[in-house]
Amino acid sequence: MPTAPPAAEARPVPHPSGDKRFKLLEVAMKKHQFRPDALIEVLHAAQQLFGYLELDLLLFVARHLKLPPSRVYGVATFYHFFALKPRGRHTCVVCTGTACYVKGADGLLAALRREAGVGPGETTPDDNLSVLTARCIGACGIAPAVVLDGTVKGHVTADALAAEMKGWVPGGTG
Amino acid sequence: MTAVTLTIDGKLVTARADETILQAARANGIPIPTLCHVDGLSAHGGCRLCLVEAGPGGRLQPACVIKVAEGQDVRTDTAKLREYRKLILELLFAEGNHVCAVCVANGNCELQDAAAAAGMDHLTLDYTHPRREVDLSHDRFGVDHNRCILCTRCVRACDELEGAHTWDMSGRGANSKVITDLNQPWGESATCTSCGKCFMACPTGAIFRKGATVAEMDHGRAKLDFLITARGRKQWNV
Repeated sequence: MPTAPPAAEARPVPHPSGDKRFKLLEVAMKKHQFRPDALIEVLHAAQQLFGYLELDLLLFVARHLKLPPSRVYGVATFYHFFALKPRGRHTCVVCTGTACYVKGADGLLAALRREAGVGPGETTPDDNLSVLTARCIGACGIAPAVVLDGTVKGHVTADALAAEMKGWVPGGTG
Repeated sequence: MTAVTLTIDGKLVTARADETILQAARANGIPIPTLCHVDGLSAHGGCRLCLVEAGPGGRLQPACVIKVAEGQDVRTDTAKLREYRKLILELLFAEGNHVCAVCVANGNCELQDAAAAAGMDHLTLDYTHPRREVDLSHDRFGVDHNRCILCTRCVRACDELEGAHTWDMSGRGANSKVITDLNQPWGESATCTSCGKCFMACPTGAIFRKGATVAEMDHGRAKLDFLITARGRKQWNV
């Protein structure tokens, strides 16, 4: 019986858009020898390049690492760090760790919903503000803590938060 | 392979050292309830229904993943375990929207059977009534996430038996959900071969065959077991 020729190594094609960032992502994947177990590192690199992970981008990663698309999507949605939708220009991360929770993190989230009209994981319709939650940012001593555009603020009250975010929320009273 | 001797429910049994407590118990006619376990698929250890008391101080261990050990004293049916199993089942029922009366799998459902066997006839917890979707985009099957208990049997059957790995889990915690490809409608999945192994593996009515009405659907689970022995041991038990 004739034996079938060895299956040709499937070579993923470059991204048709010609976007330079895809080239950079390929370089990042090559650094990991396109190993499937480097998925998380590759997703980190992808998010750094693109800001968020579009479905098209996840499929590009799946093809290059030879992983099932569902696995890539599963990993990307498991970690809060990865965003599948574009983030707003400003971000407000409310810590909901035990200490912050006890000190009233839910009050801050309620205030955010009142002021900006969005809940955790959501972005305002004008793409100005994303509200996120984190499970303990390690700043329990200054609970309740929020992170505004990368800057940690401690002992935050609803009023202080509204004052800090003045200008981020157009319709807000703050 | 070395053999070990252990006690299960006071009965002295011998097992191979690489066997799990569940395998040793079942080989000796001692039943342990399971939901996420399928013989021949990799162990998941997610449903916790197979918890047994093993080792010093009656420590709780999942029987489907813990290997047997020499001199082990295992208890599979104590008052504490019965209470825990009932609670686990109550949590499963409260977490989704399991309404047997309108379910295609009524009478052919492992969740229903497990609840009946554990004597769980009502809920002491509040239902959460989550809003979940139904995907009918596939031409032969449908998936009703309301009835999904996240056992990952479809994920493992698709990956380990069919090899397509169309299914996986997305999200985490209360937002967990089984997905096909990039969370696309099942009917648009590029990897799905429409083989139906996920449907055969599903313990509830979450993955169902189209065209079946209430209490009408049989999963054809025997076919899945046939395939597992055929592929794994090259034995075709027709």
